Amino acid sequence: MDDFLFLSRLQFTITTVYHFLFVPLTIGLGLFIAIWETAAYKSGNSEDERISRFWGRLFLLNFAAGVVTGIVQEFQFGMNWSEYSRFVGDVFGVPLAIEALLAFFIESTFLGLWIFGRNILPRGVHLACIWLVFAASCVSAFWILVANSFMQNPVGYVFNNGRAEMTDFLALITNPYFLHQFPHVISASLCTGAFFVLGISAWKMSHGSKDANLFEKTFKLALFLGLIGTVAVIFSGHLQGQSVARLQPMKLAAMEDLKKTADPASLSILPGVEIPAMLSFMIYNKPSGEVKGMEELQKAFEYRYGSGDYVPPVWISYFSFRIMVGCSLVMLFFIFYGIFRLVYLKRNLHKKMSMLMAIGISLPYLANTAGWLIAETGRQPWIVYGLMPTDKAVSIGVSSNSVIFSMTAFSIVYIILAIIIFLLMRREIYRGCVEKKITRKNTVITV
Amino acid sequence: MSLEVLWFVLIAVLWVGFFFLEGFDFGVGILQLFLGKSERERGTYIYTISPHWDGNEVWLLTAGGAIFAAFPSWYATLFSALYLPFVILLLALIIRGVCFEIRHRANLSKFRFVCDIALALGSFFPALLTGVAMANLAIGIPIENGNFTGTFFDLVKPYALLGGLLGFSLFLTNGALFLTLKIEGELQERARRFSKIAIALSVTLFAIVTILIREHSAICLIPLILISIAGLLVFRGYLKTAFILVALCTACSVAALFYSMFPNVLVSSISPDHNLTIWNAASSAYTLKLMSIAAAIFVPIVLAYQIWSYYVFRKRISPRSVNIEA
Repeated sequence: MDDFLFLSRLQFTITTVYHFLFVPLTIGLGLFIAIWETAAYKSGNSEDERISRFWGRLFLLNFAAGVVTGIVQEFQFGMNWSEYSRFVGDVFGVPLAIEALLAFFIESTFLGLWIFGRNILPRGVHLACIWLVFAASCVSAFWILVANSFMQNPVGYVFNNGRAEMTDFLALITNPYFLHQFPHVISASLCTGAFFVLGISAWKMSHGSKDANLFEKTFKLALFLGLIGTVAVIFSGHLQGQSVARLQPMKLAAMEDLKKTADPASLSILPGVEIPAMLSFMIYNKPSGEVKGMEELQKAFEYRYGSGDYVPPVWISYFSFRIMVGCSLVMLFFIFYGIFRLVYLKRNLHKKMSMLMAIGISLPYLANTAGWLIAETGRQPWIVYGLMPTDKAVSIGVSSNSVIFSMTAFSIVYIILAIIIFLLMRREIYRGCVEKKITRKNTVITV
Repeated sequence: MSLEVLWFVLIAVLWVGFFFLEGFDFGVGILQLFLGKSERERGTYIYTISPHWDGNEVWLLTAGGAIFAAFPSWYATLFSALYLPFVILLLALIIRGVCFEIRHRANLSKFRFVCDIALALGSFFPALLTGVAMANLAIGIPIENGNFTGTFFDLVKPYALLGGLLGFSLFLTNGALFLTLKIEGELQERARRFSKIAIALSVTLFAIVTILIREHSAICLIPLILISIAGLLVFRGYLKTAFILVALCTACSVAALFYSMFPNVLVSSISPDHNLTIWNAASSAYTLKLMSIAAAIFVPIVLAYQIWSYYVFRKRISPRSVNIEA
């Protein structure tokens, strides 16, 4: 049984982390393209349209991977976590079903119209399609985060008939955890889109491609979006940290590796390096205030829920948090550097700096993954915080061998998928905005 | 009508949507490999569904989500019991979905051929497995206290495989007929010839299944009658009407299956005491009411824009009208 629990958790980690590599770019780059298409619509400039088509091709590769890995998410709760599904389906199933009904249908239908309707639909309608796709991807994030927030901070339910039953839908969608998490995820997505565009544009600009001037345009828009995104992600992250301190003190203590309760509490930068009273200041906006340590919280949990280990895996939370914050600070530096150089000095990037920018595409990805690791491991040993332990949530009628099979199969397919998507994206990037003239007449479908 | 019954019906409707839309979608996915003789021809076949496949697939996701929200125990038991079939289904859908997008991205004919094969396989397995799953719903699986106690081999009994085959042949028929309506020229002619074989197979399988079903209520006969008429029409050349009749037949088959299950949602082959019913598997009244409001508002909207998207792409296509230069 322990084996089965471990395997199911590992599989969930693999499928979900992998899926979320694609989601933020879908949202962030989606916004970028929608803005660019709007500009192209207004100016009627064929150059602008070529730019949006280039980013559109990258967007579609990413989108396809996001969609297909998302299908797994809809079913794996029932497959590996059937006891969980039975226990919370009354609450948790609702946002999932609404997500499919409200977001997936719009995303898929209007993306099809956007791709293949370019020469068929009126231009305004075609433009509306990409805005709808972007809006729907945000709506999708909305509902899935409502669902996740219930796991983090269950609200709006009663315990009835041996399960959690929903009593207040409004409470569910105004869950304080959700209200802090949603802006953080959306701004992180904006950063992902912006840094993706920044990195590729910088690389294209410095490698003397024919269309370098086009990439300078996209670089500037991405700087602007990146500035908004990075500042917003840091600010909303700060607020979310304060909210976690209230709702899940154990998660916060694990993030800081705070063993003993302290007042004022100091902030750990790296193991051994601390800023006195800084943690208290970040939580309470003043240099004093008690922050509970893991030992005291463990006792409080034992008193309330009986004996057991209520401390999440500290090292994951601790290092993930430092990776996340570190990445966002480097991102902020890149943005300021870019603005200083391009907007203030009106000069191009150094070649070395543009290489760094290209490598910088990985920063939001690292930060996103680290952020989710904090959120999900920090809530352990609970699958629904304070309500259902993770080890009671797994399926009963499934064997470990089945999970070994599925995990291996998913992993192999995912690795192949990643390689293909990477190679095809690289191919598109090398090609850039240059397009072959379409000679064939009466062409209905062009890609 | 109580909310439990309403949601039972709604979920049946979602499955009808799935089997109809993904029916021709999977059918085309398989047929392109055999009817298309060159890369360009296969590409043309695939382009008849390129704008639509993703939207069609969401019907499956929504059916899954609706079962989760309205009948959590059904969702929990069904997906954990059919674990391995669902893993294969998911892998197939992943590979298939990606192939649609990457196929035209490289001008390597080998790469495209591999994509076409993968697309056909990725369409074949879901076509077969959803039929197997539906047959298992009808005959029951070994469940006790909501948990599966059997093995993979309990799920692939002859009767279930027959159901899979039936689904598969129905999907092929649907796909072939869809192609005759969407494509012109020589490619259309090939699809038309194949639709005769496909529908003959479907009529035969429907006849066998109908004979095997022990309880002969009238509703179980309707699909057989519809598919037989469709068969006659195909041979007479009334392809559009035949397509509609096959769609109706799909709808009636799902309806008949759900009707025969009612009020069970999962039949236990161990003892009727362990059956999951719409009463013991359902969500609370509050949740069902909430979901009903959401469905009442959004299902009509979804239907409207999906139909519109088919209208936008109504023009028949031919290899000449498709530009597949990467």
